[in-house]
Amino acid sequence: MARMKFLCDADRCIDCNACVTACKNENEVPWGINRRRVITINDGKPGERSVSMACMHCTDAPCAAVCPVSCIFATDDGVVLHSKDLCIGCGYCFYACPFGAPQYPKVGNFGSRGKMDKCTYCAGGGGTEVSGSLEEYKKYGANRLAQGKLPLCAEMCSTKSLLAGDGEIIAEIYKERVLKRGYGSGAWGWMTAYKEGIAS
Amino acid sequence: MKLVAAVFALTLAIPAIAQQRAADGAAAPDANAVKEQQLLQQESRIEGRIDIPDTRARVLIQPAGRRWDYFHEITLHRVGAVVILGMLALLGLAFLILGRQRISAGRSGKKITRFSAFERFSHWLTAVSFVLLGLTGLNITFGKIVLLPLMGESAFSDLAQLAKYVHNFVSFAFILGLILIVALWIKDNIPRQVDIDWLKQGGGFVKGKHAPAGRFNAGEKAVFWCALAAGAAVSVSGLLLLFPFFGTNIATMQVAQVVHALIAVLFVALILAHIYIGTLGMEGAFEAMGTGEVDVNWAKEHHDLWFVEKQAQQGLGPSSATSIK
Repeated sequence: MARMKFLCDADRCIDCNACVTACKNENEVPWGINRRRVITINDGKPGERSVSMACMHCTDAPCAAVCPVSCIFATDDGVVLHSKDLCIGCGYCFYACPFGAPQYPKVGNFGSRGKMDKCTYCAGGGGTEVSGSLEEYKKYGANRLAQGKLPLCAEMCSTKSLLAGDGEIIAEIYKERVLKRGYGSGAWGWMTAYKEGIAS
Repeated sequence: MKLVAAVFALTLAIPAIAQQRAADGAAAPDANAVKEQQLLQQESRIEGRIDIPDTRARVLIQPAGRRWDYFHEITLHRVGAVVILGMLALLGLAFLILGRQRISAGRSGKKITRFSAFERFSHWLTAVSFVLLGLTGLNITFGKIVLLPLMGESAFSDLAQLAKYVHNFVSFAFILGLILIVALWIKDNIPRQVDIDWLKQGGGFVKGKHAPAGRFNAGEKAVFWCALAAGAAVSVSGLLLLFPFFGTNIATMQVAQVVHALIAVLFVALILAHIYIGTLGMEGAFEAMGTGEVDVNWAKEHHDLWFVEKQAQQGLGPSSATSIK
C-alpha cells in the first residue's frame, strides 16, 4: 500500500503559483479559500526560497486528533480526509495544523465558521457520497486518485518542484536530485508532518 | 576504528564541499539558502511573503500545532477529568462525612429578605448561562469520548453543532450576568478583619460552631473573587476565540484556548462546590436565591453581623428580633 505524501523541492520552486491556480480550478474551490499557497522565505534577499504548501496529510495528523466530532481520518493511502456532514466548524483543526491547511468559508457573524475545507489530495471527500459522484465533487472537489491520477498541483508543476506520490518514491527522486546537483534545502515540512527528514 | 572515523569524517566533509561548489564547479546556488531546521531553531514558526490576498496564510510552518494537539488531547483530558471528578468525589465525601448542615436552632418561621429580585435575576442569569456554557464546553472536549460512542456520529455531530452555537451566543448573557453580579456585590465582598477570624475558626465547618460573618462570609467572598477572576479570564479568552484574527494569530489563539480550557475546568469545579453548599450541603441556604427570603434563625447563625445590621436598618433592635423566636 502506498503512503501518499507531498514534497516541495524549494530549490526548484519559482513562485509561479500555477499549483494554486490549478487546485482552485480543478476543485472549484469557493471564493476566499486557498487549499494550496506559495510562500516565499527571505523575499528579495540572497538565498530566497519559495515553498508550495497545502495539507501535508500528516502522520498522526493533529487535526484528526483534536477534532471534537472525530470527522477527520486518514485513508489506507495515508490521505487525510474529512466529512463536511459531520464538521461543526469549530476551528480546532486550524489551531492544531502545523501548515495552516484548514480553511473556513465565512457564513455569518463572528463564530460562524462554515464547514472546514482543505486539500483532499484530489481524492474526493471523506463523507458518505459515492466516490467520483457529482455530489462528492460539489462538496469536496475532484477525485483524481480514484481515476489513478495524482493531485493536479503536482502533476502540472512546470519545474517539477512539487512532487506527489508514494512517500518512498518521491523521497528517492529528491535524494537523487540533491546528489546530482550537490545541494538541497531539504523537504520542507517533512519533519513536522511525517516525523522524518530526507538525508541529503 | 580509524577507518570508520575516516569514513565518518569524509561524509561530514562532502556536504560542506558541496555547499561551496555545485556539481558543474560553479558557485553553489544555495550558498545563502535558508534551511528549514535553521529557521525553526531561530523562531517557533516560519513566515514569508505570500502573493494571494489572504496575508494571514503567510505562515508556512508552525510546529506548535502539534504541542497544542498534545495539550488538548492529553493534558486537558487528564486535568479536566481529575479536577472535575475529583471535586465530585470530594463533595460526595463531604456529604457522607459532614452530612447536611442543619439550622441548629431549627426554623423560626419568620423570614428576612436576603436578596432582592434584581439580585436574584443577576445571579440566575449568570448561573443558567454558566451551566449551559459548562455543559457545551465539556461536550467539545469530552463529548467524543462520552457521547459519541453512545449517540453515533451523525446525531452527535448535530448535537455538537447546536452546542457550539449555544456556547457562542450564551456567552454574552454570561458576561452581562457577571458584570451585574460584580456591580451589585463587590462592596459587600471586600475582605475585612472578621473574615480572617472566620477563616481561623474554619467557618464553623470544622468546630461545628458558627463563626461571625457579615453579609457574605469569607468562603462566599473567596467564591466571589475566584468567580470574578475566572469569569474575566474565560470571557476575555473566549472573545478572542470568538473573533479569530482580531488582534490575534494562530499562536495567540492557541494560548487563548489553553487559558480558556484550563480556567473553565477549574471554574466548573468551583461552581460545583458552590452548588453543593447552596443546595444539598446546607439547610436554608437555597431559599436565599430561590424566594430571596431566608429564615431568621439561619440568618442569625450564618450571617449574624449582617442580620444585626439589617435589623437596625429596618428600625428594629436585635433584641426584638430575638424575642420573636
